[in-house]
Amino acid sequence: MKYQSQGIAKLYFIAAIGLFVGQILFGVIMGLQYVMGDFLFPAIPFNVARMVHTNLLIVWLLFGFMGSAYFLVPEESERELYAPWLAKLMFWVFLLAGALTILGYLLVPYAKLAELTMNDLLPTMGREFLEQPTITKIGIVIVALAFLFNIGMTILTGRKTVITLVLLTGLTGLAVFFLFSFYNPDNIVLDKYFWWFVVHLWVEGVWELIMASMLAYVLIKVTGVDREVIEKWLYIIIAMALISGLIGTGHHFFWIGTPDYWQWLGSVFSALEPIPFFMMTLFAFNVVNKRRRDHPNKAAVLWALGTAVMAFLGAGVWGFLHTLSPVNYYTHGTQVTAAHGHMAFYGAYVMVVLTMISYAMPIIRGRVAANQRAQVLEMWSFWLMTVSMVFITLFLTGAGILQVYLQRYSDSPEPFMVVQEKLEIFYWLREGAGLIFLVGLILYCYSFFAKGDDVIVNENVAVPG
Amino acid sequence: MRETFTKGMARNIYYGGSVFFLLVLFGLTFDTVNRLPTTDNRENLTEQVAAGKRIWEINNCIGCHTLLGEGAYFAPELGNVYTRFGESTVAIKAFIKSRPENGIPGRRSMPQFNLTDDELEEIAQFLKYVDGVKTARDWPPNIQG
Repeated sequence: MKYQSQGIAKLYFIAAIGLFVGQILFGVIMGLQYVMGDFLFPAIPFNVARMVHTNLLIVWLLFGFMGSAYFLVPEESERELYAPWLAKLMFWVFLLAGALTILGYLLVPYAKLAELTMNDLLPTMGREFLEQPTITKIGIVIVALAFLFNIGMTILTGRKTVITLVLLTGLTGLAVFFLFSFYNPDNIVLDKYFWWFVVHLWVEGVWELIMASMLAYVLIKVTGVDREVIEKWLYIIIAMALISGLIGTGHHFFWIGTPDYWQWLGSVFSALEPIPFFMMTLFAFNVVNKRRRDHPNKAAVLWALGTAVMAFLGAGVWGFLHTLSPVNYYTHGTQVTAAHGHMAFYGAYVMVVLTMISYAMPIIRGRVAANQRAQVLEMWSFWLMTVSMVFITLFLTGAGILQVYLQRYSDSPEPFMVVQEKLEIFYWLREGAGLIFLVGLILYCYSFFAKGDDVIVNENVAVPG
Repeated sequence: MRETFTKGMARNIYYGGSVFFLLVLFGLTFDTVNRLPTTDNRENLTEQVAAGKRIWEINNCIGCHTLLGEGAYFAPELGNVYTRFGESTVAIKAFIKSRPENGIPGRRSMPQFNLTDDELEEIAQFLKYVDGVKTARDWPPNIQG
């Protein structure tokens, strides 16, 4: 670790992993509720479990992004963090706000939580992924601004690299688009239209900038490939992400009462959205093949390649599968959507954060890479989680196709609940895959504590060919 | 990538492309918002409907249901529930009111939200209003949602 303040990332990473475990536990609960409808009812109804599952995901990914930024920005900028104390303070503020919000979801009925947090003054609650009480949303904005200030001042007063500038752009976009979460008109069409300015422009827009810059940083570090080459790739990837993704928002405007031109605009541009992800895959494999050194952290390299592949499959391929308007007419809001959501979030954002953690954590703990045994365990956890996520996606896709046929496509469409019962086998299989994911995650956590032989540091060795 | 394609070109595509398409998105948004009055059923957006939307939100209905296809996939689509329930707000209210406190053994069940009669009327009116939004190709594909 070149700069002391990079160590602050550790706090953020530990919190991220802890919340990740919570997210998966609730995922397993929900998976069971899909087949045993009365499980934990009425103590934890499905809507509460889902809110905890998705909100924990968002919060831990934000912890992961912030931790990653605190780690990579000082090194790239060649200076200590502008205000380390602020980074530590904001960590506790964010953790406390997050924990209180989750406890609020679990301990009191949601309507009561709305009343307690005075939602009436500025109603923002009760919209998918934006369920947080208004006061929590204000807290998120404060934390985001303090974070941006800290990171921004470090970048602007230090060495500016393409990676840090792209990261800063992405993080600024994240904060700016979140402001749309405070706009909640009574008109449902307007509400839905601008809701996507947070949700779509985050995950199919500015988050891709954050992801690409984090991936580029790790690849520079583990391959030793020339920065010029990597930066060129980075620019062209994020250019394609925004060129396709901005108007690609239109694939969410097919069925919510918006003008017809979105049918073809949304179809055409979102059909281009796999391109940046495909380029990311090419980029990662290209750069690793041309590596100038064999970095002893094999696990980090595996995560980096894995995220490139899985992001392309989950976000690119599974997104394209149902993004054309004539297809989406049938698949919109079915288990096909759920299948895509799972693999896209895991492949792109979960894995890129785990890539950063895998690279940074050993360095923060004072070595170049984790010991041999810890790396082997970490790589096992990679395969367990990744393969089980592939199966979760396949089972949900199977469920989705059958659902579409029975409920929407056949000559005698059947009611939703009747169809759900016929999908039971897929849901059981999904739950099984989910449990294996949990096993992989437990192994992942354990790998940080595994003892073993230190890796042989064999840096700067030219790779033949 | 070829040497003739420089980093500077890549950077210009990024800046030029993203600024251009961001402006296009703003332009289209402006146009969309202007055209909405013909489809978004705003003529029926009464105070009761607005109150119903709040009931919808503070009970986290979107945590199980979809509304015009968006939300969770655990419970039926409600964007067309008014049509599905025979264009009867009475039937919608009766359904919400009759949910058992402790659920149904072995099955999914909607929680009992203990809404007042006024609140029931408001949520029913809200669902009726959403059903009146003119969606493309009259989505969802059929009455089952």
